[in-house]
Amino acid sequence: MGASFDRALASVRRPSRAITSGRRFRKWAPAFAGALLLPVTPALAASGEPVNPWVAAAYLIAGVLFILALRGLSSPESSRRGNRFGMLGMLIAVVTTLWTHSIASLPEIAGAIAIGGAIGFITARRIAMTDMPQLVAAFHSLVGMAAVLVGIAAYLNPGAFGILDATGEILTVSRVELGLGVAIGAITFSGSVIAFLKLNGNMSGAPIMLPLRHVINLGVLGAIIGLTAYFAIAPTVGTGAIFWTIVGLSFLIGFLLIIPIGGADMPVVVSMLNSYSGWAAAAMGFTLGNTAMIITGALVGSSGAILSYIMCKAMNRSFISVIAGGFGAEAASSDGAAKIDRPWKRGSAEDAAYMMKQAESVIIIPGYGMAVAQAQHALREMGDMLKEQGVSVKYAIHPVAGRMPGHMNVLLAEANVSYDEVFELEDINSEFAQADVAFIIGANDVVNPAAKTDKGSPIYGMPVFDVEKAKTIFFVKRSMGGVGYAGVDNEVFYMDQTMMLLSDAKKMCEEIVKAL
Amino acid sequence: MDFISILSIFVMACFVGYYVVWSVTPALHTPLMAVTNAISSVIIVGALIAAAAGSQADGGQTAKWLGLVGVVLASVNIFGGFAVTERMLAMYKKKERK
Repeated sequence: MGASFDRALASVRRPSRAITSGRRFRKWAPAFAGALLLPVTPALAASGEPVNPWVAAAYLIAGVLFILALRGLSSPESSRRGNRFGMLGMLIAVVTTLWTHSIASLPEIAGAIAIGGAIGFITARRIAMTDMPQLVAAFHSLVGMAAVLVGIAAYLNPGAFGILDATGEILTVSRVELGLGVAIGAITFSGSVIAFLKLNGNMSGAPIMLPLRHVINLGVLGAIIGLTAYFAIAPTVGTGAIFWTIVGLSFLIGFLLIIPIGGADMPVVVSMLNSYSGWAAAAMGFTLGNTAMIITGALVGSSGAILSYIMCKAMNRSFISVIAGGFGAEAASSDGAAKIDRPWKRGSAEDAAYMMKQAESVIIIPGYGMAVAQAQHALREMGDMLKEQGVSVKYAIHPVAGRMPGHMNVLLAEANVSYDEVFELEDINSEFAQADVAFIIGANDVVNPAAKTDKGSPIYGMPVFDVEKAKTIFFVKRSMGGVGYAGVDNEVFYMDQTMMLLSDAKKMCEEIVKAL
Repeated sequence: MDFISILSIFVMACFVGYYVVWSVTPALHTPLMAVTNAISSVIIVGALIAAAAGSQADGGQTAKWLGLVGVVLASVNIFGGFAVTERMLAMYKKKERK
C-alpha cells in the first residue's frame, strides 16, 4: 500500500509517467468500474483540468482506510488497529492535497496545523473520561465551523475549488452543494455549542420552551431551503446577500433546535449532531469532487443516524418527538403535586457489605449518577473485593445510561473493569431472576418497572432492567427527593426487598469497601 | 468528476456505513463517536485548498485566511479525536481470569 502510494505521488510529480500509468489504469479498469463505481477515465473537472487518476486513487484509499477504522471497532481487540488505519487515511488525504496544489504559503499552513494539533492533542490527554460527552460536542462544533469556513472560502474564491463554469459563474450544482454544506455546517456548529453548554452545566439541562417554536423552526428551515434553491438559479451578481442570509439563518436554527431539548435526550442530540457533521463534510466533498470526503461524510452521517436510532429505541421514543423537544418539562410539573409519602427502608453501608458478601451473584447497574460522583474507581474496588470473596459480579449497562452512547462502558473501562464482565441490556436481563443482589448506582429510569406496567407513564414501553426480580435490591441515591430525568416516581424504592443507600455514590462505595 | 459518479460513490458509501456501524459493539459506541468525529475532519482538505490558493482572485485573500482558520479547527479535531480515541481504546482490557 505504501509503495503504490509513493508511486502515486511520484506520478503526480512527473506528468509524462502519469499519463502512461493513467492509460494502463484505464485498460484494466472497466472490469472493476461496475463494482467500484469509480470513475476511472480521467473525467474533466468542472474547471476543465483533467483529474489525475492516481490522486483520485489516493483519496479513495484514504476513504477505504476510514471504513476500516470503523470496521475495527467491531471488537475491542481490533479497535486500536482500526484507529491507526484512520490516522493513516487522514495522513494520506492531507499529504495528497498539499502535494497536488501549488501552495502559496507552506509555513502558514504548517503553523495552522501545529497550533490546532497541539490544542487538540493536549485537550485529548487532559480530559476526564466523565467529560467525554462535552468534549465530543465541542469537537462536533469545530467540524461544523470548519465546514462553514470552507463553504464561505469556496464561495469567495470559486476558481481555486474548480467550481466555475465557462462563463466564470459558480456551477448551479455546486451552488446547491455549497448552500447545503454551509447550512448543515452552521446547524452543527450552533447546535453543538448549545449541547456543549448543556452537558458542561454552563446552561441548565432543562428544556427552554419558546412560544410558537414549531412554527418558527419550520419557517426558518423552509426559508433556508427556499433561499438555497433561489441561490442556485439566481445570477451570481448580487447573490452575496442570499448566501450570507443562508449562513445566518442556519446558525439561528441550530440554536433554536437544541434549546428545547432536555438533558435526558442529550445522547440522541449528540449522536444527531455527529450525523450532521458527517453530512456537512459530504456536502463539501460533493463541491470538491473528493472521494475521501464523500466516503467519510457518508460513513459519519450513517453512523450518527444509527446511534440516534438506537438511543431513541432504547427510550421507546420517536426521533420526531425527541427533536420536538420538551421531554421532562411537563412530566416534572404534574408530578410535584401528586407526591405521597410512602414507606421505604434505609440501609447502611455495613448492611450492603454484609448482604453482598453472603450473595452468590451481584449485578451492578451504573447510571449517570455514578459518572457525576466519579464513583467508577470505588465501584470497581468494591466489585474486586466481592470477587475475592467468591461472589460473581457482573455489570449491566442500559443503552441510554449516561449522556452519550457507550458512556458507562468507557467509564468502567477507565476504572479497569474487564470488558467481558460488562453486559448489555438484552444479554443480562434474564439473569436478574437468579441474582441475589441488584446494586443500582446512579441509575433510575432504566430500572423503573412503570415502563412495563403503567400505560400512563411517560416512559411506558421503554425497555428496562427487571431488577424487581432480584432477591435484594440496593439503590444508591443521593436523596429520596429527586426522581430521574423523566420525572417519574419509581416503584422500586418502596419494594420490600429494596434498601435505599442514601449517600453520594462514591462515598457509599468507599464505605462498603471499608466494611467488606 | 461528474455529478452522477460522485452521487454513486456517496450512495454506496452510505450502505457501507450502514453495515459497518451496525457491526460496532455497543460497548465501543463512545470511541465510535470520537473516531467518526476525527475522520469527519477530512474537511481539512477543503480548508487546505482554500489556504493554499492564496490571493489569486478577488476574494482570495479572505478565502485564504478563512481556510487557515479552518485548518486550525480541523487539526484540533484530527489530533484531539484520534488521540482521545486511542486513549479510550487503550483502557478496554480483558483481565486474566483468576
